[in-house]
Amino acid sequence: MATKELNVSLDAEGFLTDPNQWTPEIAEAMAEEEGIAPLTERHWKVINWVREEAARTGEFPSLRAISKRSGVDTKELYELFPKGPARKIARCAGYPKPKGCI
Amino acid sequence: MKRLLILGGGTAGTMVANRLVHELDMNEWHITVVDQDEIHYYQPGFLFIPFGTYGKADVMRPKRDFLPREVEVIISEVRLIEPEKNLVHLVKENRILRYDYLIIATGSRIAPEETPGLMEDEWRKSIFDFYTPDGAVALHRFLRTWQGGRLVVNVAEMPIKCPVAPLEFLFLADAYFRDRGMRDRVEIIYATPLSGAFTKPIASQQLGDLLEQKNIQLITDFNIAGVDVDKKAIVSYDDQRVEFDLLVSIPTNMGSEVIARSGMGDDLNFVPTEKHTLKARDYDNIFVLGDATNLPSSKAGSVAHFQVDVFIENFLRYIDGLELLPTFDGHANCFIESGHGKGFLIDFNYDVEPLPGMFPMPGIGPFSLLRETRVNHWGKMMFRWVYWHILLKGQEMPIPAQMSMAGKWQR
Repeated sequence: MATKELNVSLDAEGFLTDPNQWTPEIAEAMAEEEGIAPLTERHWKVINWVREEAARTGEFPSLRAISKRSGVDTKELYELFPKGPARKIARCAGYPKPKGCI
Repeated sequence: MKRLLILGGGTAGTMVANRLVHELDMNEWHITVVDQDEIHYYQPGFLFIPFGTYGKADVMRPKRDFLPREVEVIISEVRLIEPEKNLVHLVKENRILRYDYLIIATGSRIAPEETPGLMEDEWRKSIFDFYTPDGAVALHRFLRTWQGGRLVVNVAEMPIKCPVAPLEFLFLADAYFRDRGMRDRVEIIYATPLSGAFTKPIASQQLGDLLEQKNIQLITDFNIAGVDVDKKAIVSYDDQRVEFDLLVSIPTNMGSEVIARSGMGDDLNFVPTEKHTLKARDYDNIFVLGDATNLPSSKAGSVAHFQVDVFIENFLRYIDGLELLPTFDGHANCFIESGHGKGFLIDFNYDVEPLPGMFPMPGIGPFSLLRETRVNHWGKMMFRWVYWHILLKGQEMPIPAQMSMAGKWQR
């Protein structure tokens, strides 16, 4: 299913604008569009940890935080979510695009 | 007596100390500044050391000369902050300082040890940094006799102090090799974890074009996993390899170790800070200024300056029992040296990306925003004097703390 058919609001780059609208089906649809479907148990480990962490702190965790504390290291994060893992994880987890620090 | 303790006597700590002695009644307040280093470094000057424009002496002054007479200055490492008890433990003489209010201005430092291979056999032989005075001097010595080859500039990860500095280094390197008649013998490559030359779209486009004009190759989305020391290559997490003869690294930047020891930091030892008030997120009598915050603003002296402006006004309200106003907007203002006596200037905040225009007087300037001019270059060179004589001493600068849209052109 394409993310456009899910009846949720997306920004111009296809990120969910409200993390509360997220469902596991949305993660699968996002993964499809990112070319990483189907999501494996390792993907879910990352997505679930990120959602819990973001809910707890109110901020989307950095890639460094994810690699240190989710139980999936950086190398594997790049294998699971190739070419820009932070961006792809945010999309699948239903969060807006992480703002590049300046 | 109320006790106000400032950890860090760098750019932010010095500015805030100078402002506070004028704003607070010094019969009621005791202000202490603690720093581990007696030398104040003019950090924007480090960039010029590799190319011989400045020497080390040009960027060093005694810290005490810039701190007000009225404050107590202690040169010591900080062992631990105990925020629940309002105590700070020093290494020197095992002293323990009690505070009513604490300002954390402990800055950020490079952490090359975070990237495997960076600090091994090639460190300071063919791998250098220019974010420390010693690194910049070592690189200068290397460049003086270098015969050319492949120069790779790599940013390990964001955020870094002064995000424009890697670009400035590239532009100045291009000019340096041209002036020495050896540009055709040097290949220059910029490998960055960002998706463009810079973080914000319009500036990224413009600066990216300039890289191309100067024949500097841009490799984006490059996240370094380590250095292959034997083969002299940097390797990314997705197995891209870039070989180098000379690697200039901007290593991972981290906050002070004492923040980690005290359990007050995030994964990079930066202190979680309220975005618009600069109060520590978890503590009501602690404020965080300068590079030590975890804020998505630039880690730069101009930002520290605007933060101090906002902080002073808010702190005076706060000690009178009024609520903090959300007045910090992430304002930053940075000169970008582009080589051959020219430069750019950018002015932006949390929400508004760098735009073209004139600064600080709309339509008049004298500085041009996001455009390469000679006046911008002279602004940057004069800034060293301004820094020592006006900025650090907390005197008025003709730039408001909040970013202004006046003089900027929107598309």
